[in-house]
Amino acid sequence: MAVDKSFFDEMFDEAGVPREAFASYYEWFADQDPAQLLKKTAQAEDLFRKTGITFAVYGQQEAEERLIPFDIVPRIIAAAEWARLSRGIEQRVRAMNTFLHDIYHRQEIVRAGRLPEHMVSQNSAFLDKMIGFTPPGGIYGHIVGVDLVRTGPNEFYALEDNARTPSGVSYMLENRETMMSMFPELFSSIKVRQVSDYPKKLRRSLSASAPPKCTSGKPVVAVLTPGIYNSAYFEHAFLADQMGAELVEGHDLRIVDGRVAMRTTRGYRAIDVLYRRLDDDYLDPLTFRPDSVLGVPGIMDVYMSGGITIANAPGTGIVDDKAIYSYIPDIIRFYMGEEPLLQNVPTWRCSEADSLAYVLDHLSELVVKEVHGSGGYGMLVGPAASKRELSTFAAKLRRHPGNYIAQPTLALSTVPILTKKGLTPRHVDLRPFVLVSPDKIEITPGGLTRVALKKGSLVVNSSQGGGTKDSWVLED
Amino acid sequence: MTTLGKTAGGLFWMFRYLERSENLARLIEAGLRISLTRGGAASEEWRSVISTAGLTEAFESAHGEDYTAAHVVNFLLRDRSHGSSVLCMTERARDNGRIVRTAITREVWEATNECYITVRTMLARPVREADLPDILGSIRRQSALVRGALHGTMLRNDIYNFARIGTFLERADNSARILDVKYYLLLPTIAHVGSTMDIGQWETVLRSLSALHSFRWLNPGDPKPIDIASFLILDGRFPRSILFCIRKIEENLHWLEREYGETCGSQQLARQLLGSIEQASIEKIFETGLHEFLQGFMVENRALAEQINTDYRFTG
Repeated sequence: MAVDKSFFDEMFDEAGVPREAFASYYEWFADQDPAQLLKKTAQAEDLFRKTGITFAVYGQQEAEERLIPFDIVPRIIAAAEWARLSRGIEQRVRAMNTFLHDIYHRQEIVRAGRLPEHMVSQNSAFLDKMIGFTPPGGIYGHIVGVDLVRTGPNEFYALEDNARTPSGVSYMLENRETMMSMFPELFSSIKVRQVSDYPKKLRRSLSASAPPKCTSGKPVVAVLTPGIYNSAYFEHAFLADQMGAELVEGHDLRIVDGRVAMRTTRGYRAIDVLYRRLDDDYLDPLTFRPDSVLGVPGIMDVYMSGGITIANAPGTGIVDDKAIYSYIPDIIRFYMGEEPLLQNVPTWRCSEADSLAYVLDHLSELVVKEVHGSGGYGMLVGPAASKRELSTFAAKLRRHPGNYIAQPTLALSTVPILTKKGLTPRHVDLRPFVLVSPDKIEITPGGLTRVALKKGSLVVNSSQGGGTKDSWVLED
Repeated sequence: MTTLGKTAGGLFWMFRYLERSENLARLIEAGLRISLTRGGAASEEWRSVISTAGLTEAFESAHGEDYTAAHVVNFLLRDRSHGSSVLCMTERARDNGRIVRTAITREVWEATNECYITVRTMLARPVREADLPDILGSIRRQSALVRGALHGTMLRNDIYNFARIGTFLERADNSARILDVKYYLLLPTIAHVGSTMDIGQWETVLRSLSALHSFRWLNPGDPKPIDIASFLILDGRFPRSILFCIRKIEENLHWLEREYGETCGSQQLARQLLGSIEQASIEKIFETGLHEFLQGFMVENRALAEQINTDYRFTG
C-alpha cells in the first residue's frame, strides 16, 4: 500500500499496515471482491435515491436534486480516542452555553477585558431582544455541531462551531442504515456504537427544556421548516418523523391565547417546543425581517413570556461566528477555569492590523474565511488559488479586513475511499452532534464524516463536491 | 399526534394527483387502441381524448387542429406548459408526498418517490409510439404500487381517510367526465331501441375506465348502451362507478366523524349526494337527461371537495 507521508492516514500507518482501529475491518476488506464492492457503491446510491435523500445546490437555478456521494469505506475511531474527544467537545459546548448566558446578561467576560466590547455590540448575530432574557432551562444551543479535523495521531482541532441550525445528522443516520443493510456481517463481527437512538435523544432533550407555560407532562414538539424547497428539507422531515414530532411551516402557525399554535384538522393546538430550522432573521417578521413569510408573527413575544421554547435560542449564532471562534479557548478558560482539551486552529483576525499584514504577506499559504460565511462559500484556499484569484482576494481583504479571518492550511488527515483503482486516500473532517439539555450533554458516538472526493482537495462541503462516509466509534 | 390541516390537504391532493395521472394513462391507452383500429377516424378520437381531459384550449393553442397521435400523446404525458400532464401531476403528487412525509409510512413515501423517478426518466425525451404501451403500463403499475403500500402499511385513521377521500373524489369526477364526453353517442340508441350502436366507441369508454372485463363478466352477450351507463353510474360493485366512489367518500367521512366526534357540513353533503344516487334509476336519469345528470353531479362533487377543504382546515 503506497502511503503519502505528508498527511496522516487514519487507516494505514507509515509502513502501510492497518492501524489497530481498522484492523478487523481491513481483514474483512482484503477478502472481498473489489468489483462486487464497487457494485455495492452503486446499490447504496440507488437506496439513497429511493429514500429521497437529495439536496438542492444554492446558486444553481433549476438544478436537479442531487445526491451527496457516499463512500462505503467507513471511518473508524477507537474507543479511547473517542472518549478523549468527547471530553473536549463537552467542555467546549458547556463553555459556549455559559458564554451565551453571560453576554446576554452581565457580560462579565467583557468587563474582565477578555473579549473586546465591539465583538459583541457590533456583531450582527447579537440580538438586543435577548438581553436580560433567560431561555427555558437556561439552554441556548440545544443542538450543536462541532467540526473537527485531524492532522496527526493525537492532533485534533476544532475547526468550526455550528450553533445555529447544524445539519447533516440525517446523513449520519442514513449512512449507518445503508451500511447495516449492505454489510450486516461487518456489524456482527465488529462492535460499533449505535447512533440510531439520536432522534429519541433529541426528543427527550428538547422536551427537557419545555417552557414554563407547558403544564402537561408531555410537551408538544414541532420542527419548523422553511418548506419542501429548502435544501435540507429531507432532514427536517426525517427528524420530525423519527422523533414523532409535528413538521410545521410558518403558515401552519399563529398566536392563539398567548401560545404558538398549529392549525390542525380540528382547530388550533398549542406547541411547547419548536425545533426551528430557520435562521433568526426569518423567525418573526414583527421583530426581525419584516418581509419574512417563513416565520411566525409574534412568536418572540410568546417566547419572552414563557409560552414556547425555541431551539436553538434566538441569538445563539453569535457563538459560532468565525470572529468569536478565535476567542473560544479564552472563553473556555474564563468560564470553566480549565485549559481547553480540544485545540483551536491558530487564527489571524484580519481586523487587527498586524494580523492583516501577515495574512497579506502569506496569502498563498493560508485559508481565508468570511466571518459570517458558511458552507464553504466565499472562502479562499491559498495553496490552490491562482495568482489572479489571490490578488482579487487580497483587494477584498484590504477593503473589508474585519470580514475575514485566516488560518494555516492544515494537513488534514485522510481516510481511503474506494475507487476503481482500489483504496485511495482522501481528506476528511468530522461533525459530531451534541445535544444539550438542562441535566446533561450527550454526544452521538461518531457523527458525520465528510470527505473531499477530488484528489488533493481539502474542501469537504457537499456544495463543493464533497461526499460522506459512515463514521464508526468502536465499543470499548 | 394530531393531523395538521396542511397535512390533511396534502394527503388529499397527493392521492388526487396520483389518481388523475393514472386515469390519464388509461384514457390514452383507450385512445391509442381505437386510433389503431380505426385508421381514418384516429384524429377524431384523439380530439375526444383531449376534450375528456379538459385540455382542448391548451392543446389547440399549442398545436392548432393538429390532432396527431404524437402531438396528443406527448402533450398529455410530458408537456409542462399546461400543468396537467402525467409528468406534472406525478411531480405534484410527490411534492405533496414530501409535505406529508411524516404522516405516511416509509413504504408509501418510497413508492411515491420511485413512481416519480420512473415517470421522469421515461418521459425525459419525446415518447415514440412504439414505446407507448410500455410507458402507459408502467404509469399504471407505479400508481398501483403506491396504492398497495398505502393499503398494506398505513394505519386506518384520519390520515388514511383523507388519502382515500382524495382518491375517490378524483375518480368519481373522472368517470363522470368520460361518460359526459361520450354521452351523445348513447342518445340515438336509447331513443330508438334496437338501432345499431357504435360498439367500438362504447368499448373505448369501458376500456378507459378499466371496466371492459367486469362489464362482460356481468353482461355476457351483446352490450346494451343502457346497461353500460347503468354499470358505470349505479353499480356499487364496480370500483370506478360513481355510486361506488361516493359510497367510499361517505364511508371515509363517517370514519372521520367518529374519530373526531364531530359532524360537519361534509358529512351532510356526502350523505345527500349518496342518497340521491342510491335512489336514482338509469331510466330516470335518461328521462332528465344523462348530460344534465352528469353535469349536476360534477358540480355537487366539486362542492363536496370545497366543503371538506373548509371543514378540515386544509388551507386556513
